[in-house]
Amino acid sequence: MIQESIVIKVGIADMKIVTAPNTIRTSGLGSCVGVVLYDLQKKIAGLAHIMLPDSSLARGETIHKAKYADTAVECLIQLLEKEGVNKKQLKAKIAGGAEMFKFMTKTDIMRIGPRNVDAVKQELKKFSIPLVAEDVGGSSGRTIEFSPESGKLMVRTVNQPSKEI
Amino acid sequence: MLNNNFLNSFQLDILKEIGNIGAGNAATALSGLLNKKIEMNVPSVQVVSFEEMMELVGGADMVVAAVFLQIDGDLTGNMFFLLPIKQATIFIQQLTGMSDFSFDEPSVPELALSAFQEMGNILAGSYLSALSDFLQMHIVPSVPAVGIDMFGAIISYGLIEISQVSDFAIVIDTEIKDPDTMNESDLYKGHFFLLPDPDSFVKLFTKLGVDME
Repeated sequence: MIQESIVIKVGIADMKIVTAPNTIRTSGLGSCVGVVLYDLQKKIAGLAHIMLPDSSLARGETIHKAKYADTAVECLIQLLEKEGVNKKQLKAKIAGGAEMFKFMTKTDIMRIGPRNVDAVKQELKKFSIPLVAEDVGGSSGRTIEFSPESGKLMVRTVNQPSKEI
Repeated sequence: MLNNNFLNSFQLDILKEIGNIGAGNAATALSGLLNKKIEMNVPSVQVVSFEEMMELVGGADMVVAAVFLQIDGDLTGNMFFLLPIKQATIFIQQLTGMSDFSFDEPSVPELALSAFQEMGNILAGSYLSALSDFLQMHIVPSVPAVGIDMFGAIISYGLIEISQVSDFAIVIDTEIKDPDTMNESDLYKGHFFLLPDPDSFVKLFTKLGVDME
């Protein structure tokens, strides 16, 4: 039987799970960070598109978990565990966290990209998930697509050839 | 406080009028700069999720030329002037008289970029000064930043402040068109986006004497 693979799309401040042969994609990462957690044996992966480093920044009543680095990583692990994944088998790849508008440094908001990257790394460390590859920083937006079959993360930027990490 | 039914129809109309006054002034300035006719649509005011925000100009992946300003003073928020790269190339070619470049190529001449930045600065300035006059509020725009990149990557900067309090944004969106390109596709429509911070709506409606109930 021929299985056609589909691309699961993850929006901003959102997270989803994918199993092979399907792939998972998120578009237009600027200061946001795309976090992929995957298990190559089970060929399953989760992707979160986070916007902010820390849920303590939240001033609203409810916390939208996929929006913050600290809540998104934990929530993604739980989602994958529900699918029968062992946390110890998980590996991570991340991309994003650019500084799109570099010369406007007067507020913290302009440094949000690097802060997001730091926060995600800290969370991965907390859960002892090895960070296998990263494509972070710079000043360009990124669109990323992950294949749980190969474990490769495709990173596309404007005006540059796409690369695999 | 921000949710889908946050605004009543009267408040929506007021925000539309704000877009109308601001963008109307800016479109006139653009028309003067290029010495040609520019068409403007009736502004739309939408309460959108961040994901819906990404779809407003044709997807998070779409490459746009953008000028981005932060607004400070009595009113705070973010303002974007966006052109799809095809239309940005046309406008800047007309403005500078240079015809041998395109914004979708990797190396854009410095002069073209700075012409675009200046264009954005003038347009955003006329948008905001019209608002400031109408509202009798002190509005201070930051130095404009320019970016040519994916729409999602650019517009997310306007959502950072809002995202700390809400999962929705109120966006005042005014479309402009170049009648010469006569093309209805998203590839040729420019946009002014005004994204006031959540607190600013209260200030704005209070200033105009609109009931917040």
